[in-house]
Amino acid sequence: MQSETKAKVDEVLGANGTPVTVLRFTGDISSTSRDTVLGTYEGVVKSRPVLIDFSKVDYINSSGIALVIQMLMEASKADQRIAAFGLTPHFQKVFTMVGITKYAALHRDEATAIASL
Amino acid sequence: MVETRGTAVEVKLPSRMGFEKVAMGTAASVAKLMGFPDDRIEDLKTALAEACINAIEHGNQLDGNLCLGVILSASDEALEVKVMDNGSGIAKAPSKPDIDRKMHGEEGPRGMGMFLIQSLVDEAEWVKGAAGKGSYVRLVIRLDKESE
Repeated sequence: MQSETKAKVDEVLGANGTPVTVLRFTGDISSTSRDTVLGTYEGVVKSRPVLIDFSKVDYINSSGIALVIQMLMEASKADQRIAAFGLTPHFQKVFTMVGITKYAALHRDEATAIASL
Repeated sequence: MVETRGTAVEVKLPSRMGFEKVAMGTAASVAKLMGFPDDRIEDLKTALAEACINAIEHGNQLDGNLCLGVILSASDEALEVKVMDNGSGIAKAPSKPDIDRKMHGEEGPRGMGMFLIQSLVDEAEWVKGAAGKGSYVRLVIRLDKESE
C-alpha cells in the first residue's frame, strides 16, 4: 500500500562553483522511510550544502515531515546549509505552516535552488 | 455534475499504515464530484490522512484485526468526514508544534498531525466514545470557503 522510499545522491555545482549534494527522494515519505531518509543524509559530506529534491515524492505525512525536521536538526548541528525544491504548492504550504521554512528555504525548482547556494 | 447532496459513502479500512491512502482517494473523489477546488481537496486529503494515521496508531493501537471506519457525508454546503476507531479518544488537544523547540530537541520531532488537521479543514472535532471506546474525529470542509 505504501510506495517504498528511494533515495539517490547526486553532486552538482552551486552558483559559485562549489559542490552541492542533492538528495533525490522518490515514493512516499512516512514513518517507514526513517532508514532511507536519515541513513542517506548520514552519508553526505557535511561540509557541503545540501538540496533535497521532493519532485518525485508522491506522499508525505506528518511522520515524514518529522524525518525532514530530524535532517534539519543534524544539518544545524553541522552548520550545514540545507534547502529544498520540488514540493507541490500544497506541501509548500504545509511545510510553511509547521515552520520548516525558518530553517530551510523552499524553492520552486532545482535551478532556482542551486542559484540560491 | 453528479448529484451528491444527501449522499454518504462509507469505507472500512484495516488498521495498517498505508491504508489511509484509500480514504484519501475516496474523499478526493467525493470532494471533486461536489465541486471543491483542487487546493481544498489537497487540504482534505492531508487532514484525513492524519486522522486515519491517528486512528490506526493511537485509537486501534496498530492492531491489524481492528478496522477503522470512514464516513463521508455530502450536503449542499459542506463535506463532513468522520473517522472512527476503537480507542477511548484523546484527553486533550496537543499544543501547537514549535519548530524552534523541535530543532533544539526540547520537543519531539513528531506530534504535528492534529495541528495539521485543525489548520487544514474548516471544522475539526474529537469526540470521545462512550464507555472508553468507539471515539471519532469529525472533519468538515465547506464549499463556500474561497481557495487560498
